[in-house]
Amino acid sequence: MKRGLVVACFAVLMIAGWELLCRLKIWSPVLLPDPLAVGEYLAQAVRDGTLWSATLVTTKRLIIGYFLSIIFGLPLGLLTARFKFAEDTLGILALGLQTLPSVCWIPLALLWYGQTEGAMLFVVIMGSLWSVLIATDNGVRTVPPIYARAARTMGSKNLHTWAKVILPASLPFIVSGMKQGWGFAWRSLMAAEIYVTILTGFGLGHLLHYGRELNAMDQVIGVMLVIIAIGLLADKLLFSPWEKFLYRRWGTSRN
Amino acid sequence: MTIEQELANVAPEKLTVEHVSKSFRTRRTTVHALDDVSLSVREGEFVCLVGPSGCGKSTLLNIIAGLESPDSGRILADGKPVTGPGRERMVMFQESALFPWLDVLDNVLFGLKLKPNLQAAERREVAQFYLKLVGLEKFAQANIHELSGGMKQRAALARALAPNPRVLLMDEPFAALDAMTREQLYGDIQQIWAKRRKTIIFVTHNVREAACLGDRVVLFSPNPGRIQEQFTVDLPRPRDINSVDLAKYSTEIMRALKRYLRPELTEVAE
Repeated sequence: MKRGLVVACFAVLMIAGWELLCRLKIWSPVLLPDPLAVGEYLAQAVRDGTLWSATLVTTKRLIIGYFLSIIFGLPLGLLTARFKFAEDTLGILALGLQTLPSVCWIPLALLWYGQTEGAMLFVVIMGSLWSVLIATDNGVRTVPPIYARAARTMGSKNLHTWAKVILPASLPFIVSGMKQGWGFAWRSLMAAEIYVTILTGFGLGHLLHYGRELNAMDQVIGVMLVIIAIGLLADKLLFSPWEKFLYRRWGTSRN
Repeated sequence: MTIEQELANVAPEKLTVEHVSKSFRTRRTTVHALDDVSLSVREGEFVCLVGPSGCGKSTLLNIIAGLESPDSGRILADGKPVTGPGRERMVMFQESALFPWLDVLDNVLFGLKLKPNLQAAERREVAQFYLKLVGLEKFAQANIHELSGGMKQRAALARALAPNPRVLLMDEPFAALDAMTREQLYGDIQQIWAKRRKTIIFVTHNVREAACLGDRVVLFSPNPGRIQEQFTVDLPRPRDINSVDLAKYSTEIMRALKRYLRPELTEVAE
């Protein structure tokens, strides 16, 4: 409750500072619209449905791409941690591709998939798959071997040991890897949406892009605020429960 | 079983270590952790393996547990060769090795869930029984990081006892605890051993601890790891680690231990 109050006060203070900057008239209102103008844009965009549909299109791409990354990244990470051969092949490939900024995939995705949802998903997956894979791999490697030994004496074997011991033991790493993967997915999707127009759906990135084309700074800032809000919301909804669980069980600090 | 055997009523041999050797190759040299070690342990016996670090006592324990395999020789449990870990031989490690992602009760349930023919309700009942036995019944829902070192080892003991193994293998389980907690656990482990009638093999480098707990103390020497002497500790239980009678035994064992550690020094001294 008290923390909520602090957050609310801080937000009010930020908006007040922004309003003050506008009143000082250092920049033209075309470059820096006041909070009310941005609020009006947002209200109007909610009313005519453009904001809602753009948010829906974007989050749909994000969620599908991100979950595909996890579905593939997690088992592949287990594989590279377990088998030397996978480590020397797939592991090195993952390490190399992770260093490639995901915006670099956009030209290739467009040539392969055209201006379609497939191109968007491809960019999102390429952005997050590798970091999920590497985090899983790291997590598994740092599991103290004594856990698996203790489990073996209690009759745990192969698949059971992996599912019930190694995987949960590496959870702190996996969660932070998934969080990182989420961040990469979000960034690469925004880059892709700003960069290309996709005919099958109009996302937040496009809204931002057209704001610039129309010189509508209220739209640009409004959409940016929405993008920030989605990021915060995802953090609270997707990762907070996990981090709370880790904190409760492991007693480690939340970072 | 014939009537003669029944009448003779000798406790059967629970565990037999037959000519076990094991060496580890490092980059520079080969370490002979165990060299032709033979040992037999009777049903219900409390045997302590003592020796300086590097004498292979923990390696032997791991081999008996089935976590490692010997280069030569074999282990017989109830007359059957050991090929891998098994529920009838549970291990307690120096670190508790409790799983931090589970609470105390779920840790104890881990082994029970792998035991066939148990209903969920029965498993819970068994787990709670052992938590009570080690005095942690109020901490069933606690997280592992909330427990003190001593409580962690108690929880680990409950987890090892829960699947009802007949042999308990303990690898320096109290080494990382403070003296007060340790003394308390000496009492508890003797009590539990008397109540549940387990066969216990207990590895330690603490001679006094070995004399306090063991029916028999087996002395190892390092490089290569060999059994040098065995001592039978004939004292009533429960034993107090600070008793004078115990000190006699531990002094005798200590003297022997020093002889094998630095033979050249004792020769000069004597």
